[in-house]
Amino acid sequence: MKFTKELIKLDCRKVVEGICDTLKTQIFVTMKRQGAVVGVSGGIDSSVIAALSARAVGPEKVIGISMPDKDNSAASKDLAAELARKFGFTYITCDITPALEGAGCYKLREEGFREVFPQWREGWKAKIVLPTNILESGRLNVYRLAIESPSGEKLEKRIPLGAYLKIVAASNMKQRMRMLTLYYQAEVRNYAVVGTANKNEHDQGFFVKYGDGGCDLRPLGEFYKTQVFQIAEYLDVPLEIRRRIPTTETYPAEVSQEEFFFGLNFTTLDQLWLAKEGNFDSSEVAKVMGLTEEQVLNVWKDLDQKKRTTEYLRMAPLGL
Amino acid sequence: MRDQIKGFIINNFMMGRNPEELADSDSLLNKGIIDSTGVLELVGFLEESFNIQVEDAELVPENLDSVNNLVNYIEKKRA
Repeated sequence: MKFTKELIKLDCRKVVEGICDTLKTQIFVTMKRQGAVVGVSGGIDSSVIAALSARAVGPEKVIGISMPDKDNSAASKDLAAELARKFGFTYITCDITPALEGAGCYKLREEGFREVFPQWREGWKAKIVLPTNILESGRLNVYRLAIESPSGEKLEKRIPLGAYLKIVAASNMKQRMRMLTLYYQAEVRNYAVVGTANKNEHDQGFFVKYGDGGCDLRPLGEFYKTQVFQIAEYLDVPLEIRRRIPTTETYPAEVSQEEFFFGLNFTTLDQLWLAKEGNFDSSEVAKVMGLTEEQVLNVWKDLDQKKRTTEYLRMAPLGL
Repeated sequence: MRDQIKGFIINNFMMGRNPEELADSDSLLNKGIIDSTGVLELVGFLEESFNIQVEDAELVPENLDSVNNLVNYIEKKRA
C-alpha cells in the first residue's frame, strides 16, 4: 500500500456506530453503571465525547459538567452550555476555584513563577511553552516560562528544574480536582466517568496521571486529533467549537496545545504519525507531505522520545 | 571532568541500574536514561558545576546526549 494523505480519513458513520455500541456495552453491561458523566470544557475532545455518550446511552442518562476556575475563558463555559442544548444532555457547572485555593494550587504555582521571574505579580499572564518546531528539530524538549505584564511587557526564560516541578505539580491539582468532581457526580448517580483523551494525548503523555487520565472509559484513545475533528464534523458539533484552537486551560495565559507540548500542527503531526505506525518509507512520506526526509525523521524521533519518556504516566499501579 | 559528569548521570538517572550499562558514547535519550525533566536537571548541574551558561541554541543532542558529547561541549565552552 502507498502512503497518501487520504489514509487518515475515517468512515465516520461506521466509526461512530462502533464507538456507540461499545460505549453502551461497556457502561451498562461491563461496568453496570446507569449513565455517563463527562467533563465538558467547550473543547473539541470533550464535546465529541459528550455527543457520543448522548448518542450511545441516551441524552437523559448523560451529565455534562463544566468545571471552570479563574484561569478559564468565559467562552469555554458558553460553548459547553451550547453543546448541552444541542445534544440534549443535562449540564451543570462546578466552579473549582475555591477548592483549588484551599489546596494551595494558585499560591504554590505563583511561587514557582516567581522563582523564574521575581517580578511576577497576580494579574500577570503566564504560561509554559515548548518552543521547539519538531520538524526542524535536533533541539531537545525543554520547557520555558513566558509571562506578560498588564502593560504588555513580555518575558520568556528557560525554567530551572525546581521551579518547573513546582509549577507543574501545583498546576496538576486542577486536573485532579476535576477528576474528583467528576467521580463525585458519577458516584451519586451510579454513572461511569467517560474520559476525553485522544491518541495524541494518551500515547504522547499529554495528560495528568489520576487527573484527566483518571476515568472509567477512554473511547477516543485510538484516534488522532485530526480524526476527532472528523468525528466532530460528522456529529455536527457546533462550528465554533470545531474552529477553536485547542488549548490547555491550565495557566493564567492562553496556551495552545501545539506550543505547550506537541511542537507541530496536528494536521502534519498526525499524518506523519500514521505513516510511522504504518511502517511507510520515510522518503516516500516526505515526498507526499512536501517535507524533507530529515524533517520526517525528526518528527518520528520526537514521537518516540515523548512516548518513551512518559511511560510512567500510563503505568497502572505495580504489584509485586 | 569525565568522571564527574558520568558520576552525576549514574547517581541521578541510573538508580537501580548497572552503571556498566553506560558507555561514554551511548545516547542518553535513546537509552531512556534522561527525559525532558532530566535535561533540565543535567543543564542545572552543568551550569553550577562548571560555571558556564548553557544557551538555548546549545540545547541539542550534539552537546548533551552522551558523556562524550558533554565532555566535548564543556571543553569548548571553557576554551
